[in-house]
Amino acid sequence: MIIVNPDLCKGCDICIESCPRHVYAKSEKLNKKGVYLPYLDNEKKCRKCHLCELLCPDQAITVEEEDD
Amino acid sequence: MSNDKVTTQRSENPFMKYLRKDRLPHIFCAGCGNGTALNTFFRGMEAAKIDFDNIAMVSGIGCSSRIPGYVKCDSLHTAHGRAISFATGLKMGNPNLDVVVFTGDGDAAAIGGNHLIHAARRNINLTVICINNNIYGMTGGQISPTSPKGSFGSTAPYGSIDKPFDLAELVVAAGGSYVSRWTAIHGLQLANSIKKALNNNGFSFVEVVSQCPTYFGRRNKLRTPVEMIKAFKENSIVKKKADKMDQEELIGKIIVGEFVNNPRPEFSENICKLSEEKCGKVQLVKSAYLNEF
Repeated sequence: MIIVNPDLCKGCDICIESCPRHVYAKSEKLNKKGVYLPYLDNEKKCRKCHLCELLCPDQAITVEEEDD
Repeated sequence: MSNDKVTTQRSENPFMKYLRKDRLPHIFCAGCGNGTALNTFFRGMEAAKIDFDNIAMVSGIGCSSRIPGYVKCDSLHTAHGRAISFATGLKMGNPNLDVVVFTGDGDAAAIGGNHLIHAARRNINLTVICINNNIYGMTGGQISPTSPKGSFGSTAPYGSIDKPFDLAELVVAAGGSYVSRWTAIHGLQLANSIKKALNNNGFSFVEVVSQCPTYFGRRNKLRTPVEMIKAFKENSIVKKKADKMDQEELIGKIIVGEFVNNPRPEFSENICKLSEEKCGKVQLVKSAYLNEF
């Protein structure tokens, strides 16, 4: 499961650009801080490479390993 | 609608345990490479199996030098350009510390250039992470010594006419024992490089070519962070490949990779050895007050 923290995200879109499997997409609505947050478009495609976690400059993304 | 899919925070980012949470979100602009450099440092530190409590961070002045303020470790925010000199003193005072210097291009190359080359010459065991964003970000986009030829800044409205510093090559020439350069988009390679730099006993220099969309990008037709990282992806060439290419082909390219990994005798060990030979003590703290000295 991928969590984007809306309090920390500044909407730089680096996760959308850098994800090799195009999991993220940009939302159309502004949030209360004036940021177009990324949302999970294809979460099933995610292979848990944790690249977005590493490249996110604002430490806003958390990728959880699922225990099943 | 799309915003509803963004879930609220349930678990923490893996690097959050090293950060001062009350200070977040940090001051850096959206898409700034400093945050990425910080993440990769933590990843490299975990891989190098270095105790987080044994790390001391030193920084000078600039955007990148604000990084140690967000990290839960001992940190020293020093005068402009003098981060490496303060770090040298800290390392000599307590040679067991892992001293990490976070510095920017203006800090390390412009005002502190002399300190950088002499720390490399002495081969003192510091890890210098130089976040090179090609411009003075904090003061309003002036041209820095590493700005590429032809790039625009607030002090170069007709384009910079000077040849820029090649920082990694400069430190190789000055005698650094581990030197590498990566861009902020090469996260995994950068983390691996920081791991090697932390484990290296000697002067280690990691140059992180970082994006500054606010000042560098805005004046150089790379207005958004995404455009900047795309430009990095297109223009970066690994060193092994670049060695076989002509000089003319390499104009405007960023050569990334490991420049040198050549350990040699380290400064603080040499001094401690000398002190033990001559006076019988590893370290002479307050030696002027000792009677037998």
